Amino acid sequence: MAEMNLLQAINNALDTAMAANDKVVCFGEDVGVFGGVFRATSHLQEKYGRDRCFNTPLVEQGIIGFANGLAAQGAVPVAEIQFADYIFPAFDQIVNETAKFRYRSGNLFDVGGLTIRTPYGGGIAGGHYHSQSPEAYFAHTPGLRVVVPRNPHQAKGLLLAAIRTPDPVLFLEPKRLYRAAVGEVPDEDYELPLGEAEITREGTDITLLAWGAQMEVLDRAAEIAEKEGISCEIIDLRSILPWDVETVTESVLKTGRLVISHEAPLTGGFAAEIAATIQSCCFLYLESPIARVTGLDTPFPLTLEKEYLPDHLKVFEAIKATIDY
Amino acid sequence: MSTTTAAGVVHEPTFLNGDEFHIPRFELLRQDGTLHPQAAAPEFERETALRIYRAMLFTRVLDERMMAAQRQGRLSFYMQSTGEEGTVVGSTAALDPGDMIMAQYREQGALAYRGFGLDEFMDQLFGNEHDHGKGRQMPIHYGSKTLNYLTISSPLATQIPQATGYAYGQKLAGEGLCTLTVFGEGAASEGDFHAALNMASVLQVPVVFLCRNNGYAISTPAHEQFHADGIAPRAFGYRMKVIRVDGNDVLAVHQATRAARKLAVEDNQPVLIEAMTYRLAAHSSSDDPSGYRSRKEEDAWREKDPILRMRRWLEAQGWWSDDEEKHEQETRRREVLEAMKAAEKRRPPALETLVTDVYAQVTPALAEQLAALESHIRKYPDAYPKSAPYLDRDKATGGRDHG
Repeated sequence: MAEMNLLQAINNALDTAMAANDKVVCFGEDVGVFGGVFRATSHLQEKYGRDRCFNTPLVEQGIIGFANGLAAQGAVPVAEIQFADYIFPAFDQIVNETAKFRYRSGNLFDVGGLTIRTPYGGGIAGGHYHSQSPEAYFAHTPGLRVVVPRNPHQAKGLLLAAIRTPDPVLFLEPKRLYRAAVGEVPDEDYELPLGEAEITREGTDITLLAWGAQMEVLDRAAEIAEKEGISCEIIDLRSILPWDVETVTESVLKTGRLVISHEAPLTGGFAAEIAATIQSCCFLYLESPIARVTGLDTPFPLTLEKEYLPDHLKVFEAIKATIDY
Repeated sequence: MSTTTAAGVVHEPTFLNGDEFHIPRFELLRQDGTLHPQAAAPEFERETALRIYRAMLFTRVLDERMMAAQRQGRLSFYMQSTGEEGTVVGSTAALDPGDMIMAQYREQGALAYRGFGLDEFMDQLFGNEHDHGKGRQMPIHYGSKTLNYLTISSPLATQIPQATGYAYGQKLAGEGLCTLTVFGEGAASEGDFHAALNMASVLQVPVVFLCRNNGYAISTPAHEQFHADGIAPRAFGYRMKVIRVDGNDVLAVHQATRAARKLAVEDNQPVLIEAMTYRLAAHSSSDDPSGYRSRKEEDAWREKDPILRMRRWLEAQGWWSDDEEKHEQETRRREVLEAMKAAEKRRPPALETLVTDVYAQVTPALAEQLAALESHIRKYPDAYPKSAPYLDRDKATGGRDHG
């Protein structure tokens, strides 16, 4: 066990994956000698050589197109998109190619080895283009896995699983936590399950659901609620696609109430999908409408970022409103 | 570190537009089947030459028959390669069978050359239970793992950066193989083309980019696609070797590709080939070229038919005769018709192929959706003739995954 921040855990997972399998290759903008603008790939080029860890030209569609071909060839590419806000030039390669490679070829070819890492989310004064949470766009694309870790321990285990699963994975890293989240991370090689949510706190009155950086917001809101005598059950969804309907359903059948929170805008956000599914699975058990605490239906702002974000106070208010409904 | 060459300094604004470059066209064979006087006779074994010719001829026959079948309503869609067989087959023949081909959609000649079975063509065209692609894609979206031919994807140019990535993997594997990717001059306008060439050049990977400059992107003529001297000059921007070749001259295409492959595999350097050719047929069965080009223009290119040109050369070598031509054409036509009849009769893929291969394993949510769909189909069997009659049989066989 060592104490690491989330970035060090990512770096450690990449190091572990590259040491275990020489087909693992890391690349992206500034990923080589510099180790990435956030330093997630620090020292990997030094350790594994320029063939296996390298800079690419500044072209996201090229990076993912290249990664698709490399994965089809049998290598295990881990491609970095420097910010999730800049993933859209690669949208065609991800949505039309990565996601459909296996299906359209009848399983003759696949890009299951591919992992796309990208930092997402607000809270770093990044404005429109260094703050977005684009998970819902990709959640609408069968064939992809979308995974978001909440802390360093989760980040290492989920990233190793993402690299090794036979499906392509979009791995969204909560950049606000890169250095802020610190915790014990096992030195050894371990994987955490994809497609499975985790109950991080048991409770009886209400279920709170989120992923990534939003998990600590739920924790703070639950602390306040606890003081008012409200027992919160907290679930980290971990995988947005495919997602764990069963764990969420079981919890809501027990509590009868659900609050979902994400930073992305309300309309068409992934909370809407969860709410639709859970009302269908738990209709007669619900004590109140499912609440969503999210960003506004606006572009991500700068100066008023704190006002925009779904913080612990907004979540706490939603908890109270749901309980008092 | 300076990344530009020291080409001197000027003291007044000096603009260049690339007209300084003059890109020659490589040709060996004249239309009458004789070699250009200065051209050296290519080293060609009779067997290889005939294999190339037969693949081209087969492609022509297949295209004619399948287009007719589409017109009769037997097939939903079709795309002919007519006029471009020389570019496709000539380049394929210059590769190692282990080299990967990432094509656009008009490269059935490559599969024909590599030995794709007639039934494999037909099963894909009819999307039946034997189709490798399990009936999931429109006709002509062939793929073959054993023949190293990546399954076709409709979005244009996406295969080009993928070829760069695939070739990078080949370079790391060190097996002396390369990737050939084929695309049209229209697709070369996509960002993916530029991304692919730049990355291939920067990373020095063994990939051959083959542009079929066939004059049209559906109805848009090449002069409305780009303002430059074709596609070839773009290679200079990436400091990549480039050759322009007469795409209807099979011998020249073959020799150019063989030389390009050597550069790719031996020096890990990417190469661009621009093959000048012409799409003699419509873009697809849904297109009518009479709305955008003249019969006169088409006839002029029909005179430059790559198959006819090679036939004349073969005959001059004493390797081919009228009788052999007649026999080959009749045989292939008959085989195509027979295979078509058989493929039409084969059943559709099983219902469960709707949800397999989305992920490596069928997810619980997909299994649920399939079960709900099956119940619905059982309720209204007449509305779903492609699946309802087979549900019980497939259940009995354990829901086999066809293909």
